[in-house]
Amino acid sequence: MSDQEGQPPESVISKPPPTSRARHLRATALIGVLLALLGFAIAVQLKAKSVDKLAGLRDDDLITILDDQNSRADRLRSQIAQLQVTEQQLQASGDRDSVARQQAEQQAQALGILLGTLPATGPGVAVRITDPRHKLEAEDLLDVVEELRGAGAEAIQFGSVRVSTSTAFSASASGVAVDGTTLTAPYTVLAIGDAQTLATALAIPGGVAATARAAGGDAAITQLARVDITAVRALPTPKYAKPAPN
Amino acid sequence: MIAAVALLAGIIAGLVLHPTVPGSLEPYLPIAVVAALDAVFGGIRARLDGIFDSKVFVVSFVSNVVVAALIVFLGDKLGVGGQLSTAVVVVLGIRIFGNAAAIRRHVFRA
Repeated sequence: MSDQEGQPPESVISKPPPTSRARHLRATALIGVLLALLGFAIAVQLKAKSVDKLAGLRDDDLITILDDQNSRADRLRSQIAQLQVTEQQLQASGDRDSVARQQAEQQAQALGILLGTLPATGPGVAVRITDPRHKLEAEDLLDVVEELRGAGAEAIQFGSVRVSTSTAFSASASGVAVDGTTLTAPYTVLAIGDAQTLATALAIPGGVAATARAAGGDAAITQLARVDITAVRALPTPKYAKPAPN
Repeated sequence: MIAAVALLAGIIAGLVLHPTVPGSLEPYLPIAVVAALDAVFGGIRARLDGIFDSKVFVVSFVSNVVVAALIVFLGDKLGVGGQLSTAVVVVLGIRIFGNAAAIRRHVFRA
């Protein structure tokens, strides 16, 4: 690359003498042509650049760009896959949560019915025990509940009291106190369970019905397709017992 | 004066004709343009220095363009075309700046 800046002063001497005008003219024309070419090239290059950015690039640049784009697409694809997996996981966990909640609700309902905190309905029996001579005692009435339990009764209402695991029968002045509520004959007992089994259990010889008759009263057992037990009790809070870690 | 007119004419011709650059020449055109610009700035500076020589200018112009294109061509063949063209542009750019500084000193005396 030769240039002008480093030219020694002798180039001044080599200036064309006035006599060789033809040579000077030729040089000028040549310079004009070269500069015209330069202008042309500049214009062409500017045009080419403004038309298409990629067209003017060399092969390895294009390959680099292509590689970049490919790796970017790969990255984005793997990101999509990851996000899809996350979405599926979240959906699955949502499903699991709702299933768990459903199970918990079902369990709470079952426990509520067994504990007597929820009203219950279903097939069962209604028993009406009369005791005109007031000879039936608390134990006899407890036997009714025991008999019903033994026959698989799932919910029992004695008079206006819902029977639960902690229900106590005690003698009182005017009759019998169930969980502190004084009840008098005739006693109405509702029980939900297999009606046939419950009725049979109450009517066995030496059973509840026989006891009531021996006391001068009676036990009328009615099998019903639908018994509504509406009495509920408060949820007992364990004072001493705590869930044991498994 | 003739040089400026020729340059302008060339630009106008390029804009009017809008020719397409052959694909094989595409990478070399910008380098050639920069090399030619270097020669042009060198020429202007020489002129202001009072040492301008048509022959030197023509030879430097052509050889600048040819050598720059050749370097880039060689770089392409060796697989370092991008880097070499960057190198050529940097070197030519430095020279153009140097020449422009000299021209500035001549024109503005600063």
